[in-house]
Amino acid sequence: MENREDSRSIRTDVSGTIVKLFGYLFISFFALCCLLPFLLVLGTSLTAEGAIKKYGFNFWPREFSTFAYKIVFENPDLIIGSYFVTMGITLAGTALGLFLVAMTGYALQRPDFGYRNGISFFIYFTTLFSGGLVPFYLLMTQYLSLKDNYLAVLLPGLLSPFLIIMMKSFVRSIPHAITESAKIDGAGDFTIFLKLILPMTTPALATIGLFIALGYWNEWYNSMLFLSPDMKYRPLQLFLYNVVTSADFIRNSSAASNVQLRDMPLESMKMATAVVATGPVILFYPFVQRYFIKGITVGAVKG
Amino acid sequence: MQTSIAQSEPERKLQRMSGGKLKRFLNNRTLLLMCLPAIAFFVIFAYLPMPGLYLAFINYNYSDGIFKSPFVAFDNFRFLVINGDLWRLSFNTVAYNLVFIVLGNVLQIFVAILLNEIRRKWFKKVTQTLMFLPHFISAVLIGLIAYNILSYDYGILNTMLESFGMEPVKTYSDPKIWPFIIVLTFLWQSTGYGSIIYFAAIMGLDNEIIEASEIDGANAFQRIIYIVLPWLKPTFIILMLFSLGGILKGNFGLFFNLVGANNTALYPTTDIIETYVFRSLMTNFNFSIGSAVSLYQSVFGFVVVLTANWLVRKASPENSLF
Repeated sequence: MENREDSRSIRTDVSGTIVKLFGYLFISFFALCCLLPFLLVLGTSLTAEGAIKKYGFNFWPREFSTFAYKIVFENPDLIIGSYFVTMGITLAGTALGLFLVAMTGYALQRPDFGYRNGISFFIYFTTLFSGGLVPFYLLMTQYLSLKDNYLAVLLPGLLSPFLIIMMKSFVRSIPHAITESAKIDGAGDFTIFLKLILPMTTPALATIGLFIALGYWNEWYNSMLFLSPDMKYRPLQLFLYNVVTSADFIRNSSAASNVQLRDMPLESMKMATAVVATGPVILFYPFVQRYFIKGITVGAVKG
Repeated sequence: MQTSIAQSEPERKLQRMSGGKLKRFLNNRTLLLMCLPAIAFFVIFAYLPMPGLYLAFINYNYSDGIFKSPFVAFDNFRFLVINGDLWRLSFNTVAYNLVFIVLGNVLQIFVAILLNEIRRKWFKKVTQTLMFLPHFISAVLIGLIAYNILSYDYGILNTMLESFGMEPVKTYSDPKIWPFIIVLTFLWQSTGYGSIIYFAAIMGLDNEIIEASEIDGANAFQRIIYIVLPWLKPTFIILMLFSLGGILKGNFGLFFNLVGANNTALYPTTDIIETYVFRSLMTNFNFSIGSAVSLYQSVFGFVVVLTANWLVRKASPENSLF
């Protein structure tokens, strides 16, 4: 990746310097633009409500205050409950989803599987044509009775054609001869998958698992559709959405925390909830970033 | 097929007795079984809702249900055409997507090329991590961040404008500025992550070509214009065509969380197919109109994908989808 530099350093021309300088400037600028909004949320969450009313949102708190966090944790079981719900859904969904994606991807990549083209198309077709939101909603609520059920969030996120295709591309790099020789030794297809292929594809599994996990962690769409705000413990992003958008929520937490409604730190509370709901993932993600990079570069090669 | 080695005696007997179909089924039964959960999944969550698009041809009311509500043929579509909704939604959805695709890819290429010019490893690592960051947060948080910047009373945009002695902008009630806000947010969120593909493509460029060009006296601009950009052209074309296939699919999370659930003042410039269908379901309870729009979207989207795929096959056959 970086070995190009040595051979070239002999001749440094003006244009090269200009391009490099511009590169450093532009990339720094863009990276800063990506970072600052997060600092804005963090800064506002730590600002006293009075200072917000006076000076507006800012990166650096003019009057430092952790009052908003106090209110958020005044009723800790709500946010902790939300954390548990999201973690539960993420863990269960990722484990099950990953297993299914891997199993399907492996089977569909086997050159000796007679139905692989048919099934691949059956799966791929769902990205081309869909019934849309209304029939999906009616199916989930009236026929599957999943309203106010965490399964309504867990189930639809298990599989996606995109991830199955990604798994197929990963499996393709494993020589088919391995499967064949195991078959000669008398191993069944499922045993080959479980004992032989799965251990060989751990980098792929890490990538796909992270994609699934991120999807569940950031899930708010199905939550918003199928889980009502009356549910006490909601997934984190829905909880955040309710805090950001609904005045009812503020009223309830005012009653619960014995703080007068007019004294409630409305704005900073939204930001504090966002920090609590998102912070841990953002701290976690630089360590796993390379798996996502691998995913997108493999996924770019179509399956 | 080579799989017959691992088969038991009765199976072989069965195969000899029946034709190829049963043999094929038995040979593949474990692999088929392994695909069964996925097949069930897509049947339930993707195929079962499809017949529900029948709603588009009836005047659905809750008491009569799907089967007894009056059949109205194409009245729902006629209604959508006459009141202009269908045109406005299509225009907004397609126009936004076109701008997303073109500006998005151009900026991604730009960032990838500049990143490639940068030699300091730590700088590359830190900035890349920061640029990916927006991709990893939920749409809800994106909406909240936008509110931090744009809020009329407290937003940092108006704070800055006022400190320069300028008039504050009534952001959440002025539809004219929203195309800019939405496009900027999209670019903010997707550029860092999207540039990976182009960056990886540049990495695949042979060092010797670069060196040869330098011996021939090419400067940095010439190297970028005559070697790197042409090298990226196939990737660019393929990605463009792929995204063209989804030109009628809107990014619901982005629009919904930026604009808000019921900010009617902004609909003229921010309403896309997805937000309209969502409202017809959750606020207006007009299931038939929502389904009509979805059906229109699916059918036209399908035609567009077929066209895009036909174009991909012309441009580079090995990349076509089917």
